[in-house]
Amino acid sequence: MSDTDPTTSVPQGGNMTDQSVRAPQTVTRIPRAHAEGEEAYLEVNDLHVQFPTADGKVQAVQGLSYSLPLRRTLAIVGESGSGKSVSSMAILGLHDRKSTWISGSIKVGGKEVVGMSEKDLMSYRGADAAMIFQDPQSSLHPFFTIGDQIMESYRAHHNVSKRVAKARAIDMLGRVGIPNPSRRVNQFPHEFSGGMRQRAMIAMALVNDPKLLIADEPTTALDVTVQAQILDLISDLQRDFGSAVVFITHDLGVVAEIADDILVMYGGNAVEHGPVDKILGAPLHPYSWGLLESIPAVSGTPGPLHPIPGSPPSLLAMPSGCAFHPRCEFRDRVGGDLCRTLKPELISRTADQGRTSRCHLKEPDRVFETEVLPRLP
Amino acid sequence: MLFYILRRVISAISVVIVTVVCSFLLFFAAPHDPAGVICGPKCTPERLKDITNSLNLDQPVVEQIGLYFKGIVVGRDYTAGGVTRHCDAPCLGYSYILGVPVTDLLARAVPVTLSIVIGGATIYLVFGVLIGTIAARVRGTTLDKATVGTSLVIGSVPYFIVALVIALYATFLPKSQYVSFFDNPIQWAGGLLAAWLCLGLTNSAQYTRYSRASMIEALGQDFARTARSKGISERRVVYRHGLRAAMTPVITIFGVDVAYQLVNTIFTERIFQLPGLGTRIINAFNQYDLPVLMGGVIVGATVLVVMNLVVDILYTVLDPRVRLG
Repeated sequence: MSDTDPTTSVPQGGNMTDQSVRAPQTVTRIPRAHAEGEEAYLEVNDLHVQFPTADGKVQAVQGLSYSLPLRRTLAIVGESGSGKSVSSMAILGLHDRKSTWISGSIKVGGKEVVGMSEKDLMSYRGADAAMIFQDPQSSLHPFFTIGDQIMESYRAHHNVSKRVAKARAIDMLGRVGIPNPSRRVNQFPHEFSGGMRQRAMIAMALVNDPKLLIADEPTTALDVTVQAQILDLISDLQRDFGSAVVFITHDLGVVAEIADDILVMYGGNAVEHGPVDKILGAPLHPYSWGLLESIPAVSGTPGPLHPIPGSPPSLLAMPSGCAFHPRCEFRDRVGGDLCRTLKPELISRTADQGRTSRCHLKEPDRVFETEVLPRLP
Repeated sequence: MLFYILRRVISAISVVIVTVVCSFLLFFAAPHDPAGVICGPKCTPERLKDITNSLNLDQPVVEQIGLYFKGIVVGRDYTAGGVTRHCDAPCLGYSYILGVPVTDLLARAVPVTLSIVIGGATIYLVFGVLIGTIAARVRGTTLDKATVGTSLVIGSVPYFIVALVIALYATFLPKSQYVSFFDNPIQWAGGLLAAWLCLGLTNSAQYTRYSRASMIEALGQDFARTARSKGISERRVVYRHGLRAAMTPVITIFGVDVAYQLVNTIFTERIFQLPGLGTRIINAFNQYDLPVLMGGVIVGATVLVVMNLVVDILYTVLDPRVRLG
């Protein structure tokens, strides 16, 4: 599947007449961040997501493409409003069907999710792909026991008795490291600590053995000490279940710990994609470099932080050309008005086929030194 | 849990006691002449003195309150014209006007009011929540807007106008009357139908809006998104996950509303000529029938604190987070 030329794939669903809002037709290449021949389990191709807000139509995702094989973890990194969460919600079809306009293709295990019927979505969600959310406190229903909620998820896809489902729930709670699971299964979410709640969420997401797990900032709401435990747990379970993991985060420290590949998003688009060690070591996009530079160093010479100037663009009024150009410190190195007028394409690096980035800068200028080398696993 | 309820019951009883003392003082301070009322136009000074004496109206007010509470707890004796009548506990005295025990009067009026409110509340809770939930599901559509508009119109019409319209125009309904449920359940329901419709219709508008708002909030919560991500049907998301969370605030309002209606059904009772608590209290008020009025105050205060207690206990059942509060 992954070997078919993506340039020939026709975006499905929606009407495609709204060309004016988009950059000149880009040639989208699926990045080859993983070894050749590995079959992609998740394939996102030219995904566009738009929805109305009180202030106007928001183009939250604008032509996103990537693929992910089983047993690999992709970290999607970006600021708020970069489209990282929206694109992941679309993978589960969790957007409001009436108002959201989606085009492009999302294939999970060969099933096309864009335009899937409500009935098919029901049997797909939770079984083929499952999601862990940011705040386990608000994502679990406060009035049902942990066991009830896990059992409901299991029984939605397995025709089994409550007794069997409960045994499965207890088993899952044990597997995510909750002590005394046969007692905990009857407790309510408020009787769990934050880390335990997130473990229970993970147990619920994995109860049907999905091959794709989407983790939307699963450690953001947790204590720092608990964060590492949850990351380890997700890595361990991924190995056991052999699933593909999409890990959404804005924390680059987390990325180094868990991910194989990184996809950096800015303004609804991928700006850089590649293996984690290469991007963290020498990013190819000024924005990726800016993100790495803004991390405070634990060791080394203390000095002022180096934040990215400006703020993320409004999705209602995207800058022309390269979305990042108003904040880019390197735009002067690009000749003419190119950054302001033309949206760069996501292209592979000549020297390194595993990496792609979206920038007008020519090569030697484009490899940025990072002063901060994050810990690598 | 038991300790919590016990604590709440004790505080409820003290609220009722304070209310009784305050009302007693308030009525006592008002310029009135109960002995004169009882004695009537052909009164002799001896008879007036006898009545004043039998009612302890010549005693200090503190002693009168003491006697009143004694009557409630163990009963008391009344001596008038040399004849002694024993009034069993809980004794609330005798009606000045009718000469019968207040307890009997109230015991006849309370079931009427209770029937009106229970029937009406069932109608508005069921319909209000159902319509509100449906409106929340189709939020933003014409059906939703029509529902909200209609409920606003009905909710803006004064309650007694609705009652009058039903009484005047809904003549196809069975004749309004009160028959005890235990004598004839069908006549009971038929006779109260008009009152139920009136109470149900006016309040269901309000409950539609409560439920709709509460449901929209619940369905926007993170846990609703989690539920959807599990692959369960939208119906199950709405009626199991959404409704369960949305009902908690609605039940709180419901408890207070029912308590309020139990002591405020006067319009309904008057228009549909049902001999309930409201009618009884208004009559007593017009006739300076102090013992009946006091009895009404006690029943009203008790209903309010009991309903509040019931809501609090219900809340601990609905929301596991407040258990053993």
